[in-house]
This record gives sequence, C-alpha cells and structure tokens, in this order.
Amino acid sequence: MRNADVLRFARDAAAGYPLRTSLSVLAMAIGVAAVVVLTALGDGARRYVVEQFSSLGSNLVIVLPGRSATGGFSPANAMTTTPRDLTVDDAAALSRLPSVRRVAPLTAGTSEINANGRLRETLVAGTASTYLDIRGFKMAQGSFLPEADWNRGAPVAVIGAKIQEEIFAGKPAVGELIRLGDRRLRIVGVLKSTGQGLGMNTDELVFVPVGIAQGMFNTNTLFRVLIEAKSRDQIEAVKREVAAILKARHGGEEDITVITQDAVLATFDKLLRALTAAVAGIAAISLAVAGILVMNVMLVAVTQRTSEIGLLKALGARGDTIRDAFMAEAAMLSLVGALTGYGLGLFGAFVLRQMYPVFPAYPPNWAVVAALVTALSTGLLFGIMPARRAARMDPVQALMKH
Amino acid sequence: MSVIQLAGIERVFHLGDSVVHALSRLDVAIDAGEYVAIMGPSGSGKSTLLNLLGLLDRPDAGSYRLEGRDVTTLSPDEQAAVRSRRIGFVFQSFHLVPRLTAAENVALPMMLAGIPVAERAQRVAQALKDFGLDQRADHRPDQLSGGQRQRVAIARATIMQPAVLLADEPTGNLDRATGDDVIHLLEALNERGMTLIIVTHDPKIGTRARRQLMMEDGELRQDSASTRLRQLDDNPPGPLSGKGGDGESPAAPAPDKPSAGAA
Repeated sequence: MRNADVLRFARDAAAGYPLRTSLSVLAMAIGVAAVVVLTALGDGARRYVVEQFSSLGSNLVIVLPGRSATGGFSPANAMTTTPRDLTVDDAAALSRLPSVRRVAPLTAGTSEINANGRLRETLVAGTASTYLDIRGFKMAQGSFLPEADWNRGAPVAVIGAKIQEEIFAGKPAVGELIRLGDRRLRIVGVLKSTGQGLGMNTDELVFVPVGIAQGMFNTNTLFRVLIEAKSRDQIEAVKREVAAILKARHGGEEDITVITQDAVLATFDKLLRALTAAVAGIAAISLAVAGILVMNVMLVAVTQRTSEIGLLKALGARGDTIRDAFMAEAAMLSLVGALTGYGLGLFGAFVLRQMYPVFPAYPPNWAVVAALVTALSTGLLFGIMPARRAARMDPVQALMKH
Repeated sequence: MSVIQLAGIERVFHLGDSVVHALSRLDVAIDAGEYVAIMGPSGSGKSTLLNLLGLLDRPDAGSYRLEGRDVTTLSPDEQAAVRSRRIGFVFQSFHLVPRLTAAENVALPMMLAGIPVAERAQRVAQALKDFGLDQRADHRPDQLSGGQRQRVAIARATIMQPAVLLADEPTGNLDRATGDDVIHLLEALNERGMTLIIVTHDPKIGTRARRQLMMEDGELRQDSASTRLRQLDDNPPGPLSGKGGDGESPAAPAPDKPSAGAA
C-alpha cells in the first residue's frame, strides 16, 4: 500500500466517526493549549520581572553591607549581619575609582510627612544628587537634590508623584515647606511618576540628602551604595575594585557584598524559567492523559472495525499495512489536536495580553516545540498498542464479527 | 492442470478439553475454470475449508498447492500477497466498508496492492461498467440495494483478476430474484474462465454447479466428480439435512446428475 493511500485511508477512517474523532482531538488540543497558555504566563512573568529590573538603570553595581557567601542574590542577602558599617566616606572613596562614573549612597527609613495640613507615613531615602542619573529618573517639577557635601546636606527634599498628589492634591509643591519627622525641609522638586517598580515604589518616596537622613535616623551606616560603571565592560572591574578598596578600608575584612544587576537578573531569570518549566511539566500531564485517551479511542476503533480489519486481510493487506493505517490514524488525531491546541493556546495568550497589557504573555518557543512534540509522540506511542492488536488479528475470527 | 490441490489436509480446533476435527483426511483437486459448490450442514467444515482455500487459515497437517505452488509453508506476508493477487472473496454479508463509496470499495484491493491511482481509476470505471454499477459509483453501501451491494463486492473480488473466486453463501442475505441475478453474474465470470467455488446451504444453488463437494463432520462425503462414493453406505443421506441452517433439506443426493435439482 502506498504511503499516500495509507494516509488517505486513515483520514477517511477518522472522518467516518466524527464524534469520537473530535472528542479525542479536543482532549489533545486542551492539553497542548494548557501548555502554551501556562508557559506564556510563566514566561510572561519572567519577562515582566526582567523588564522591571532593567528599569533600575544600566551598568548598575550595588554594594550592601555584610558578607554573603555566594555573592549572588538570595533572600539571605537582605538580612546579612553587619560587622562594620558601610559609611558615606566609603561611598566617597568609591567615587574616585577610575572605572566608576557615579556613586550614590543610600540610606532608608520610615518617617511621617506633615504638610499642607495632612499627615502620612512615608519611606524616606537619604541619597545624593547622583542618584537621579544612576536610576535614570526624570523630574516633573523643580530639580533633584543639589550637589553638596554628603556629610552635611541642605534641608531640602524631593517627593514622589504620589506623595505630591496626596499631600498637595495637584497643586505645585516646589518651594513648599514640609515637616518630615523632626525636620523642616523645603521641597525643591517632584519626581515624574515611574509606575510600579520592584521593591520600592519611587512614587511614594521622599528623597533627602544622605546627611539629613542619617541624622534623622541616628545612624552612620548606609543601606546601599549604588555605583554606575563607565561601561558595561567595566562592571566586572568595578566589582573587583570596590571589593578591594572596601576590604582595605575595613581593616582587611571582606564584610560587604557586591552584586550587579546582571547577577540579580540572572537569578530571577533562572528562578522564573524553572517556574515556567514546572508549570509546563504540570500541563504536560494533561498531554499524557490526552495520549491515553487517544489510545482508548484507537482501541475502540479497532474493536468497532474488527470485521473491516478481517476484510482488509482477506483482500491481501499485510499485518504491517494494517498497523501503519491505525498508527497513521492515531498520529492524525494527535497532530490535528496538537495544532488546534496550539491555535487555542495562542488565542488564550492573546486574550491574556489584551486583559493585562503590561504583562508580556508570549509562550516561549521551547515550550511550543516541546508541547507539539510531546503531543505527537504520546499519540504515536499510545497508538502502537491498538495498531499492533489490529495487525495481529486473526482474519477468520475478525470476519465473523459483524 | 489443477489450480487447487489439497492432500491429507487436517484442521483441528481445541475448544476447552474437547478436540474438534474441523477437517480430516481431505484430498481434493480442482481444475482451473471449474465451478464447484461446497455443500453440507452447519458445522460440517465447509467454511473452514473455504477459509483454508482462501489462505485465511492454515491446516494442521497436509499440503495445499495453489497453481502448483505449496502455499502452506509461506510466511503470513507472502500469503497476504497471494490473497491479494490470486484469490477473490465474496461474503454473505457483503463486507463493504461503510464509509467508502462503491468505487472506493472496488478499488480497495488495488490500493492495498499498491497499484497507481490512475490505473486504479481506469480499472474501477471499467469494472463498474461491466457490473452495471456506473450510475452508483459515488454511492455509499447504505445507499445501495442488497443486490447492488453484492455486485460491488463481486467487482471488488474480481478487480485483481484472481485465479480463484471464493463465495461464502453469496445469496444468503438476498431475496430469491436478486440472489439469482448474483448467481448468474458469478456463473458468467466462471464461463469466462475464472475458477468459482461457492459454499452454500441451498441445494438449488449447489446443484447448478458442475461439481458438488458434500461435507459432513469435517470429511468429504461425496464428490460428484468421482464415481466412487466414499463411506456413503454406513452413513445414510438422512443426517445431511439434520442441522441445515436454512431448513430446506437437500434433495436426495443425485451424485451423477449434477444439475438434476435445478429449477
């Protein structure tokens, strides 16, 4: 029997039982669609996180006090013990490194902002004029913190867009006086809204000079030092030099951790890829179920068409011809199911993107390929047994069934 | 020359503890172009014999030579090839594939044999014309009458120009008039040289054949071609009709006058 004839015969056989065929195609389609949509969700989450991280600024190196063994980003890094303070003088020393473009110290705490007759709790970030460029923020009104000696600092503040809206209700805020904790500060600028950022929402921050913040919170240590390298190639050099200088300044002890945006990104990337793969694995179970359903359908087909198999044998069909015909039918059910599911999955991802435009829900290529290959191979694998049963059937017995 | 030569054929079925000799000590030779009816009551072994002749079943002992070639020792695939090209089957229940049209059903053996599409189409068209089915080519079996269905089945059985045409109760599911048409069609094919072997209960049909093989309990009781009646003396003819499914008992055997009972 010619291959084209085997395929045509299998197609007609599948089309001859529309309900059964469409049900097994549907099962396979749901399996593939599940993989496509769920991996689109997982990979969308990954892309979303990566994009958010990229918005932190480019060529960023972050120094935090305390030593972590791995140097990568892990929850433990957020809670490292601090044997020695990371000081404003440390940060100033780092700014003199040749491969460093800018350095911004960062200290943080919570306080109350009181102005225009309103009061709210707010996060206060103590930093310097360089912070604006390192993070790539834009001003809505006024200007950012003025350049000044980091240890002193003028009594000024820059507020986030949401603070401005809540305290000043849309009125221009520049020049207004606010009370922040026990300090009276003059607002010199309002940041442009940046939308949701990871960790800190800058729209709800109040920026003050680092010296003021340290005085307010009565601390010498910095929460972070943000460093911008001169170029992407120099990130590694910055990392090395920062570690060396701070080791020298801290009496030979490596009590700081230097992380790069790349490392943080890579960790999140890895984490969310693993999550996506796990979700894909769960969805793949539905593919296995669909495969078993295809087997079931093919077993029913073999039983239902027993007399036809007997006839084909009487007409001179060889065992392997019959096997091929049934395998081809199983493969077709799987293939059509897989393609339908692929289409459904893409449509599902499209709907997700329409509903949540910020969420880039595109299925990754590997997941699509894996889903289609798994669907086809389970279909074929589970098609083998029924096909062999058909091929081995005794023609005399088969012909008697009617 | 004998197209079919059976020697010492035995076929034994094991049903639980009991052993059933479906065929025993069978020696038959059938010449090319013969018209043979295999007759006998249910369970007499005539269907087993037909399956064996059609290479759907293998004997437990003995040899079967088809056109001079020993086919009992062939592999299943080789037997399939012989079935494909040298043997045609016509069944009582037609055995048409319900989802295929008349033309596609007729083309089925050629498709299985791997004959190119163009040649298939041409031969199917010719066959449908020969069998008066050219208006029914695109009809599916459920759109055809019983007689048309059996004509499609016969067209399918003969499309590969086999050496032997095996018909198992070809009129069993048809009314008398249509059944007669089908028999005339088969006889016409036989007249053009095709060896025709019909299994039947119906003595009216059986006696039309030029040669009758009477089966009973797996043995050949009577062969109208041979003057010798084997063991007929210790088994009177009465039991022959005992289990006949269609009720009609065969007329008293008239072995030497083949078409005596025909209408």
